[in-house]
Amino acid sequence: MSKTNITRRGLMRAGAATGAGLALPTIFTSGATAFTNEPTGDTVTFGFNVPQTGPYAEEGLDELRAQELAVEHINGMGDGGMLNTFSSKVLDGTGILGKKADFVTGDTQTKSDAARASARSMIEKDGVVMINGGSSSGVAVAVQGLCQEAGIIFMAGLTHSNDTTGKDRKANGFRHFFNAYQSGAALAPVLKNAYGTDRRAYHLTADYTWGWTQQESIQSATEALGWETVNNVLTPVGAGDFSSYITPVLNSGADVLILNHYGGDMVNSLTQAVQFGLRDAQANGKNFEVIVPLYSELMAAGAGDNIRGVYGSMNWNWQLPDEGTQAFVRSFGEKYGFPPSGSAHTCYVQTLLYADAVTRAGSFNPCAVAEALEDFEFDGMGNGPTLYRGADHQCFKDVLVMKGSDNPTTEYDTLEIVEQTPVEQVMYEPNHPMFGGDEASLGECNDGA
Amino acid sequence: MDAIILQILNGLDKGSAYALIALGLTLIFGTLGVVNFAHGALFMIGAFVAVSVQRLLGFSFEQIDPDKTDFLGNPLKVKMTYVESWFGPEVGGAIVDWSVPVAVIVAIPVMLLVGFVMERGLIKHFYKRPHADQILVTFGLAIVLQELIKYFFGANPIQTPAPSAFKGSFDFGVLIGFDPNAIIYPYWRLVYFAFAAVVLGGVFAFLRFTTFGMVVRAGMADRETVGLLGINIDKRFTLMFGLAAAVAGIAGVMYTPILSPNYHMGMDFLVLSFVVVVVGGMGSLPGAVAAGFLLGILQSFASMNEIKSILPGIDQVIMYLVAILILLTRPRGLLGRAGVMEE
Repeated sequence: MSKTNITRRGLMRAGAATGAGLALPTIFTSGATAFTNEPTGDTVTFGFNVPQTGPYAEEGLDELRAQELAVEHINGMGDGGMLNTFSSKVLDGTGILGKKADFVTGDTQTKSDAARASARSMIEKDGVVMINGGSSSGVAVAVQGLCQEAGIIFMAGLTHSNDTTGKDRKANGFRHFFNAYQSGAALAPVLKNAYGTDRRAYHLTADYTWGWTQQESIQSATEALGWETVNNVLTPVGAGDFSSYITPVLNSGADVLILNHYGGDMVNSLTQAVQFGLRDAQANGKNFEVIVPLYSELMAAGAGDNIRGVYGSMNWNWQLPDEGTQAFVRSFGEKYGFPPSGSAHTCYVQTLLYADAVTRAGSFNPCAVAEALEDFEFDGMGNGPTLYRGADHQCFKDVLVMKGSDNPTTEYDTLEIVEQTPVEQVMYEPNHPMFGGDEASLGECNDGA
Repeated sequence: MDAIILQILNGLDKGSAYALIALGLTLIFGTLGVVNFAHGALFMIGAFVAVSVQRLLGFSFEQIDPDKTDFLGNPLKVKMTYVESWFGPEVGGAIVDWSVPVAVIVAIPVMLLVGFVMERGLIKHFYKRPHADQILVTFGLAIVLQELIKYFFGANPIQTPAPSAFKGSFDFGVLIGFDPNAIIYPYWRLVYFAFAAVVLGGVFAFLRFTTFGMVVRAGMADRETVGLLGINIDKRFTLMFGLAAAVAGIAGVMYTPILSPNYHMGMDFLVLSFVVVVVGGMGSLPGAVAAGFLLGILQSFASMNEIKSILPGIDQVIMYLVAILILLTRPRGLLGRAGVMEE
């Protein structure tokens, strides 16, 4: 009969030795992983983080359609879409660096905390190498920060606030979509021609990051024309009934109402402005005018007849005549039966640009990918020659000035292109005061190693 | 002065909606003793009845227009509504144009049915349960209903315009001696206020001057005694639930030209309507109506730039501040009576 003496100290020693032994392979494995979520199998996974519920769900679902199409094209399915017109020819339809592209989706709900939670889940559980999508600047800034901390690339979707590539810019974040400053710069000359230089503007502004920067930008652009700003009233997001904010406008001495609203808020505020007779009114001896600086096709459809003749701006529109646009519209239209929205376009392009950058870099390492994207010049993606500026990770390309169509023939052409503003007119310095000034910095690229 | 009149007018239409929803909430609470958090969803369903009627009347067939092309370069398919095809462009066009008033007629039986199904199918099982259970189940039901609406109609707001005859606005200022354009008010909002006044008056008259209404009021005061008299009060209360649902539904239909319907509009109105009921006094019908208009107007005043410059954000909290003030000074609300929700 043997007696076993187990002491507390002995047990702890044995436990520590066993633990170290078990952990040994993991330690070596993690040492072998050079960066976050380095793909080791024959697939690479993207995370498409879009609003699938909440007020921007329609845009999110359109983004998802385009992202799925982009993955198909990267993997050699379908007609190839914009890969046929993209100036870079390294993507050949065999995936990325020999791996098939795959994707998982998350629901941002257009809420920063929900968007960060779904992004975190995709990074930690699904091992995504890149996150793309979104329809809100608040969400984009939040998810961009998370991607920076986690060491993966964030290819922003629809985010128009100056802050995304301004004071909140990050080394791991990239934006193809245009911004509020560029909207103002593109719209100003058209507004000058249409309404002259002697105007008094009243702003209603959504009370969050996008609204603030949009208002600041359009105010600066119109004041440079000689317009006077009568008032700027911040309105709560999702207010629904804007009548209390609209009724003081006519007696304010203003003759232009600028609606710095997006989505459902824009549909409601514009509709109610029309109901209160603003578009039929006269002020200061001129016709009263309404301007919506940022348009989307889905919003325009929601606003119906009220949008006729109202000026705004867009990043891209399916009616552009260039080859890249036509290739994408054909692919998307044949698959889904209707033309793509601007948010769909930017997500599609961002996904292809990421895949292209990985291939050119020869690595999925986010810092190598970032380096390949920085100062990358390309064409054939629907906006003409485009620069992905390295200093702030903002794309520079032509901007579209749009107007609500007077005679739409279908539900898809409620907006018409008034002018394609050349890129030179919407350029600015990376340290522009509206973009965080000299203090704004990308910081260091983080690969998570 | 003109700004004050404008905000009073603004408050009237918002107050009308609050009053109509709060009236239904109070009716249900007063008769069945149920705190119905799904009542806002009934307002939303009414709004989507208007959307459905608009879509039904706009149901169309396609004709090929050989002279035009679609976005893919194929011959353009032009839509022609069946209504216009059957009745001619003039009469058919007018029917489509008047889809919102048509929807009111459709909404009444639809909402009565929805109310009946909701009450018999779910809520009646919770009559003897604590208020917390009732709130949880009706709140859950509201979420299910709004998700169903989103599934079928999408997440974006849907334009549901007023008839062309009521587009534009009325220069109210000129009528009372102000400069032109000083006080303008959209025709449809005036229609909504008048409609709300008629519905509220109708409900009060129904409860006051009909035998049915008298029995219901007696049941609200003393359910047991009315039951002992051999009157089936439960059946009448179920009908009152249907009536409350119909009132919320037609309020939602008529509100669609003011606020484009979206799936979360019910929840937006519900919370504020509960504040209205609490301020008015739980179980008090006149209190609900009075508080609806009072809070609607106060909310409009709080949105004035002059007020917001002194108290930023006041427009977002004014209703809750008033509710706190009323509850501190008059715990039963403005017109509440003793014994309601008091153990």
